[in-house]
Amino acid sequence: MTTTYDFEDTPSNYDDVQRQGGQDAVYDPNFVPDSVKSFVVHMYRHIREKNVYEIHQMCETSFQTLSERLFKDTPWPSVEAIAPYVDNDHVFCLLYREMWFRHLYARLSPTLKQRIDSYDNYCSLFQVVLHGVVNMQLPNQWLWDMVDEFVYQFQSFCQYRAKMKNKTEQEIALLKQNDKAWNVYGVLNFLQALVEKSTIIQILEQEKEGLEQFTATDGYDYSGGSNVLKVLGYFSMVGLLRVHCLLGDYHTGLKWLQPIDITQQGVYISVIGCHIATIYHYGFANLMLRRYVDAVSEFNKILLYIYKTKQYHQKSPQYEQLLKKNEQMYALLAVCLSLCPQTKLVDESVNSQLREKYGEKMMRMQRCDDEAFGIYDELFSYACPKFITPSAPSFEEPLVNYNQDAYRLQLKMFLYEVKQQQLLSGVRTFLKVYSSISLAKLANYMEVDEPTLRTILLTYKHKTHSVGSDGKVISNADIDFYINNDMIYVVESKPAKRYGDFFLRQIAKLEGVMNDMDRIKLE
Amino acid sequence: MESPKEQSSYTVEQLVAVNPFNPEILPDLENYVNEQVTSQTYSLDANLCLLRLYQALMAMPAPDFSLCLFLIPERVQMEEQFKTLIVLSHYLETGRFQQFWDEAAKNPHILEAVPGFEQAIQAYASHLLSLSYQKVPRSVLAEAVNMDGASLDKFIEHQVANSGWIVAKEDGSIVLPQNEFNHPELKKNTGENVSLEHIARIFPILG
Repeated sequence: MTTTYDFEDTPSNYDDVQRQGGQDAVYDPNFVPDSVKSFVVHMYRHIREKNVYEIHQMCETSFQTLSERLFKDTPWPSVEAIAPYVDNDHVFCLLYREMWFRHLYARLSPTLKQRIDSYDNYCSLFQVVLHGVVNMQLPNQWLWDMVDEFVYQFQSFCQYRAKMKNKTEQEIALLKQNDKAWNVYGVLNFLQALVEKSTIIQILEQEKEGLEQFTATDGYDYSGGSNVLKVLGYFSMVGLLRVHCLLGDYHTGLKWLQPIDITQQGVYISVIGCHIATIYHYGFANLMLRRYVDAVSEFNKILLYIYKTKQYHQKSPQYEQLLKKNEQMYALLAVCLSLCPQTKLVDESVNSQLREKYGEKMMRMQRCDDEAFGIYDELFSYACPKFITPSAPSFEEPLVNYNQDAYRLQLKMFLYEVKQQQLLSGVRTFLKVYSSISLAKLANYMEVDEPTLRTILLTYKHKTHSVGSDGKVISNADIDFYINNDMIYVVESKPAKRYGDFFLRQIAKLEGVMNDMDRIKLE
Repeated sequence: MESPKEQSSYTVEQLVAVNPFNPEILPDLENYVNEQVTSQTYSLDANLCLLRLYQALMAMPAPDFSLCLFLIPERVQMEEQFKTLIVLSHYLETGRFQQFWDEAAKNPHILEAVPGFEQAIQAYASHLLSLSYQKVPRSVLAEAVNMDGASLDKFIEHQVANSGWIVAKEDGSIVLPQNEFNHPELKKNTGENVSLEHIARIFPILG
């Protein structure tokens, strides 16, 4: 890649920055304040010395502090300006620009040119990683941020491109000219290439047999190698899950996540943003596939985790994002539980939070009137991913906005599903209070004829029993029943208490306590 | 970087022609349609897509049909043939077999278009009935599989021979094979399995 980035060539960028920057003085991309000089010099040294701890501190703290102090409304100095302080190191410059763009996206609105440049920068960076010439050790947080940001910028680009109405002729010309930038295949190919080249799937397989260490070292390489490709490959699986969810392809998304066993500890937990992104998309995809029990249990686990650990993340730059996803997942949990009332899967503290936030709405969702649909609509719209249409517009047709199309389609499909299930909460109410009841009697109570009741009961069975990828039937039913000719017999499913897990955890805990006590010396 | 994935070298027609009953081709069809849906050209050929949807309906009770709809742009879904299929899927999703067969009869080309379509829906109906019923009245079964008289007798006979159905002597109703959903007592008292992997983690402590 030999793209040159010369901001003096694009005066329009200046104008943009100034307009957004408001009160600030003119941004001079070539001016490097001393604090930045020192920042890049140190960062460069720490990267060469593979000092992961220091690199992490610099990304998470110094970079944020400097941004807050000096670059609130302007970009950081251009890469050309800082390059002389870091031996013009090619890879470092790519990394610097990655942060440069991330900061720009977070604080300003990127121009089309900048969006394209950022894509090119990711291409160059990933190429370097893929061709195995890096010998760095980078913090997991940063590697996750790269994948996360890459997908975010892709999504942002699709949204931007789909708003065709206000595009200038210049922008349209630039879009046509750069049709490879943020192309959906390009994006998917990079992520897939990282997964494949890193052989992460095989590594995780071998780890199960004890032939390989990955999780135990959080993906870091303590024998002199680099963690970059391996960990990027690992996070790319989560990235692929997310991209496929954005496209509405939930099945493929979940397939990409499969190598990561989310019932176990894993590197995905080592970065809170990754942990949340994984479970949020996993839960959402399962919700759309009607596997409510899977969605509920994972939402429950992560919401409990966030509830308990929230305070440790307050200083993190991702804290706000964390809170937002937390709220969204409560909304999704409310939706799942309204369609599949398995409250016993939910922990007490999560449940009380849920009641506080959505208790009243959940009551109203049980009814099957227009108001209930309104609430399903509201919660879905609030909590769903930002769906995208990945294709470029047809530039010939009159230019219309189509950025809402993908979202509207997914919403419509979801509400359609809700509608198909609308009579089920009625059946549930009756089944709860009978151990057996004749079809005629229940039909009478529900004010439908018998054949209709039979179809409702079949619907209940169909909607509460999903078919797994292995073809096995999995029950999501809180209450189940069977019919013998004209009689319905009700079976309340008792939750299988997982004593084994509980004891295993307690044993480990006790051991920890005893170790602590052994260490205490009584004088 | 690798260039974008090349389109499959075979067409969907060829694929289906060679493997009409092979569910293994579903992923390929899926990829093919996905490619079209997400490709820049929007060269979504309605017929190929429809074909894919027939197959998806045949995969009931698996959620393949909904999976497809998530990926098909709304304006394509509004086309007449798609609408019919969506209505059919709706009847299947809500257990309304009689309405399904009535609607299908109005569009005979649908039953003829894909080999095995009718049988696949009958298999889905039998599956759903056996999740729900221990014993199902003959009339209810007749409606669900859209058969009566001699053809129904033959169908039942076949199931008796192959799938463990039993015709009750007293009233002619059909006893469906037992499974954990219509005989909940069969549900394995998930007398909790703890995998060795889990236990292994506390070995050092126990030792």
